[in-house]
Amino acid sequence: MTNVADTAPGQAQAPPRTSIRGLIAATEIDLRLFGMLVALAALLLTFNILSGGKFFHPTNMVTLAVQASGIAIIATGMVLVIVSRNIDLSVGSLVGIIAMTYALLMTEILPDVLGLPADFPFRWVIALGMGIALGAAIGGLQGFIIAYIGVPSFIVTLGGLLTIRGFVWYLSSGAAVSGLDRDFQLIGGGAIGSIGGPATWVVGIIGSVAIIGLLINGRRQRRRFGFPLRPMWAEVLLGAIGCIAVLGVAAFANANLWPQGLANRIAIEQNWGPAPAGGWKIPTGFPYPIMLLIGVTLVMTFIANRRRFGRYVYAYGGNPDAAELAGINTRWTILKTYVLMGVLCALAAAIASARLNGATLDVGQSYELYVIAAAVVGGTSFAGGIGTIPGAVLGAFVLASLAYGLSFIGVNSPGQNIVAGIVLILAVGFDTFNRRRSSS
Amino acid sequence: MTTVAAPPLVEMRGVNVAFGGVHAVEDVTIDLQAGEVVGLVGGNGAGKSTLMRVLSGARPADSGEIRIDGKPVVITNPRDAKAYNIETIYQTLALADNIDAPANLFLGRELTTRLGSLDDSSMEAETRKVMGRLNPNFTRFALPVKSLSGGQRQAVAIARAVYFNARILIMDEPTAALGPAETASVRDLIRQLKGEGIGIFLVSHDIHDVFDLSERIAVMYHGRIVDIVDKADVTPDEVLGMIILGKRPKEASQTELAQLELGG
Repeated sequence: MTNVADTAPGQAQAPPRTSIRGLIAATEIDLRLFGMLVALAALLLTFNILSGGKFFHPTNMVTLAVQASGIAIIATGMVLVIVSRNIDLSVGSLVGIIAMTYALLMTEILPDVLGLPADFPFRWVIALGMGIALGAAIGGLQGFIIAYIGVPSFIVTLGGLLTIRGFVWYLSSGAAVSGLDRDFQLIGGGAIGSIGGPATWVVGIIGSVAIIGLLINGRRQRRRFGFPLRPMWAEVLLGAIGCIAVLGVAAFANANLWPQGLANRIAIEQNWGPAPAGGWKIPTGFPYPIMLLIGVTLVMTFIANRRRFGRYVYAYGGNPDAAELAGINTRWTILKTYVLMGVLCALAAAIASARLNGATLDVGQSYELYVIAAAVVGGTSFAGGIGTIPGAVLGAFVLASLAYGLSFIGVNSPGQNIVAGIVLILAVGFDTFNRRRSSS
Repeated sequence: MTTVAAPPLVEMRGVNVAFGGVHAVEDVTIDLQAGEVVGLVGGNGAGKSTLMRVLSGARPADSGEIRIDGKPVVITNPRDAKAYNIETIYQTLALADNIDAPANLFLGRELTTRLGSLDDSSMEAETRKVMGRLNPNFTRFALPVKSLSGGQRQAVAIARAVYFNARILIMDEPTAALGPAETASVRDLIRQLKGEGIGIFLVSHDIHDVFDLSERIAVMYHGRIVDIVDKADVTPDEVLGMIILGKRPKEASQTELAQLELGG
């Protein structure tokens, strides 16, 4: 909060600083988040160099992002759970049982029991709604036991991990189930499960407009109340970087093209006429799971920062007694964090089962570890009260980049685990060191 | 004690609180008038804070009755207490360290926009107003309160209690963590609030604070009220004697008083 342009009454004017640190502070960027973005970029760049420039191919990046999306979606909720001094170990099993539910709904229950055939309109919405309801119910039950009966969350969700995974077996009698609705499969991404080139540009432009709108609105609000304003150059810089980043990502996603064979087949089916020279070039744009992740990140950030519920989660994490004495219904708040987790698991389960076109017994296995790791790498503290949703999403991307990049340069799965584990410890160690230094 | 026609602002009658087998508060009856400061003194573990936690809803009583304006009320949690305009400044301050001053001031009672979203700008503006009155040097509105000094944190806790039109204010050791200048300003604030007709329970170790600010002094000893006296009728030494011996001056034997003299 240096370089104050306008000064509120009674506001001591800070001396303007010209150091780089001062300039960065003037933009009020979250330094931690910025550092993580730089680390992620460095990581991707390293893999690109190690792979001789092949890693940065748009197809790789889009696949990587889709692989990260499920973990990232759940991690946004795990932030709130860990911030409020709890843990949820059951997310992997929850994903498993909901994925199996989707598969059974679409192959057996909807057509045979409820009489809704596969061509029933919006059947995928019905299935998705039931999955979300199941997730919310299981999450709510765990949350109730934790918040109202007072059993530690570690125990409740550890029990949940075992119990729910057991139910998956009983649901399908141990068999894998496949054959989801075509529309539902789009949630999993792929060439067809993407929004296409024009829509991707539209999303990019909407994103840019939103960034500028938020900056202008924020400035107007501050001026209305006479609060210190950011210097104008910082506002312009932030807006420019934001827009370039959003449009750049859109352009990159549009550089990912449909596979030639698929494009040719569709062209023949749809009577597009003869292929142009060099074959059909159809941009995939953003896959649906990425759109889902973007939506979830925005909604969850809004909930965390702009809703009472989010404020109460952070206040409880910072000081449970203070939250209670302030009159907050802390138990209800904790219960709701687990309901939210169930809903997010249902969304991640939709992506996982759609990609598989069905469900096996081990869908979501060890998700809890990656989700917790993503939240923690993203700056969430087990001491409670600290953590951000964008940070957790970035954390999920760091972990997914590591896994994808290592396998891309030929490191096998045990090797990937070794690196992921070391990175987890290093990330948290670095963070702890930084916080200790800045607080002393 | 004078008899008044209007019922007292607060009456607590026959209040009992037990932790396991220990009576933290035993059969306590106390009252508070509007515009009055009642000092609550006693040694460590005398039950002062526990008694006040009953009134603020932090720890429901096992038995007993609370009346406000003569009407019996039920207070089982802090929300109930706040609904009766009972505000509390806790000795621990009860601040969430990881969020900023406006968020703490409005915790549990956030200002929202029409759509129910947090209106952080309005909350910050209101916080600037109330802090301008309490602590004009306060400028760190966007930082987590963890990074504030003890006096600034205290100011946030006090601002939270006075902002919401308290009628009954409980102050638990409000000056314990403060320097001389800050202590003086808290004393000024207490006089000002008293003048506005707010009833204040002042829990304090500092017998001078209590003599300086309160009309009546309630002495507690091992969970019981020893006596509630008008300030004009006692000397600080007599109050000190009650705190230490747990007996009224007349009840104490000469030997006990002599021992007290020696010890003091």
